[in-house]
Amino acid sequence: MDDAIEVRDLVVERGRRTVLHGISCDIPAGRVTGLLGPSGSGKTTLIRAIVGVQIVRSGTVTVLGHPAGSAPLRRELGYVTQAPSVYADLSVRENARYFAALRGLGAAEADRAIADVGLAAAKSQLVGNLSGGQRSRASLACALIGEPRLLVLDEPTVGQDPVLRAELWARFHELAAGGTALLVSSHVMDEAGRCDRLLLIREGRLIGDDTPAAIRASAGTDDLEEAFLRLIRDNEQAVAA
Amino acid sequence: MSLRITFATAGRVLRQLRHDRRTVALLVVVPALLLALLYFMYDGAGGTFDRIALIMLGVFPFVIMFLVTSIAMLRERTTGTLERLLTTPLGKIDLLFGYGIAFGLAAAVQGAVATGAAYWLLGLDTRGSAGLVVLIAVVNAVLGVALGLFCSAFARTEFQAVQFLPVVVVPQLLLCGLFVPRAQMVGWLEGISNALPLTYAVEALAQVGGSADATTTMWRDLVIVAGAAVVALVLAAATLRRRTP
Repeated sequence: MDDAIEVRDLVVERGRRTVLHGISCDIPAGRVTGLLGPSGSGKTTLIRAIVGVQIVRSGTVTVLGHPAGSAPLRRELGYVTQAPSVYADLSVRENARYFAALRGLGAAEADRAIADVGLAAAKSQLVGNLSGGQRSRASLACALIGEPRLLVLDEPTVGQDPVLRAELWARFHELAAGGTALLVSSHVMDEAGRCDRLLLIREGRLIGDDTPAAIRASAGTDDLEEAFLRLIRDNEQAVAA
Repeated sequence: MSLRITFATAGRVLRQLRHDRRTVALLVVVPALLLALLYFMYDGAGGTFDRIALIMLGVFPFVIMFLVTSIAMLRERTTGTLERLLTTPLGKIDLLFGYGIAFGLAAAVQGAVATGAAYWLLGLDTRGSAGLVVLIAVVNAVLGVALGLFCSAFARTEFQAVQFLPVVVVPQLLLCGLFVPRAQMVGWLEGISNALPLTYAVEALAQVGGSADATTTMWRDLVIVAGAAVVALVLAAATLRRRTP
């Protein structure tokens, strides 16, 4: 399996604070990789470095063979920021058509992406009048347009009802089966089990990078939340020793 | 730069505007109402209304579009849409020119309504044609858009963004020759006035007021205003960073 993203010794400082302390990891194509960690752990900063909008102190991020943020990647990437980054004063369809037009695509692709996230019935509504969950699905639809080779989704399932959440995860796995690389961040551990691989991040350091099964096995528990806790403790003991 | 993306962006900005009916109504109606106010203020004062109303037809679109654009661009930054746009094939120039085109078109509608009201309802009398007045108003609006885009880079909140109005717009109004003829200003003030683009817009309008045909001075002034707008757009592009801390 090819790696879609290679991160090497990535250090990011924001203000005087070091947010990422030399992170290295590989994110494969054709898999759903979960980026998990508590709020403030550096998930969004790592995501911003991967999509190429973060000023980095040192280290490299290579995406589909190009430096992160370089021009050829801008057609290959679908990005959903944590806040639903769509225009509240446009309808769902107008938003989708604009993001389709940026990639040189038409109304058919826009409508398909809206249907994919289950918003077909609400497509004429202004995004500002939608519920929080619908709004983040509208944002997701804009990222799915044109079948990008890499989807980077910062907490896309927050506020979704359980049935829709299951449907969205099924859709993510379909896309992965088609060869797309997905990086999905979450701070909810019950989503971790749905990923093919997990990156566990805490205080700007990676403390786990493996399949959910392997993480469960190495921590000696079936509960991923508990496994995460044990990894944190092991890590702290290793640092102390 | 991609024309397709530039026009898609202009279309998107106009669609946003269209959904905001109250803003559209304010944009179209307010300048005409303010001109009516001037009409009654200078009732019976001879040519004063003609002189001031003509200049205001150029000043209103500049001020209003400056304000609208700085807030619109600030919203792109604070809602995350700008960050997202910068990960797509959209170029910085595409975005800025898209805004310029969209608000320039809005200003053309606004200018046409205000100019029509001034000539037909309020009896504005100029030697030159009303069409030239609308043209100057649109170029002024684009200058307002360009300066608004540039200034929004230095504002983090709406409160800060509106404070750029007194900083950037008011000095240009005071020194453009509307209150004190430029020739009567002390040398250094006249020097500053010479460096401010609105001065040339006001001079161009005065030329339309005073001569039946478009003068060379008017065209030169219009080119200067348009040039200032392009410089401000390029500066705005230079301050728009794909990567941020």
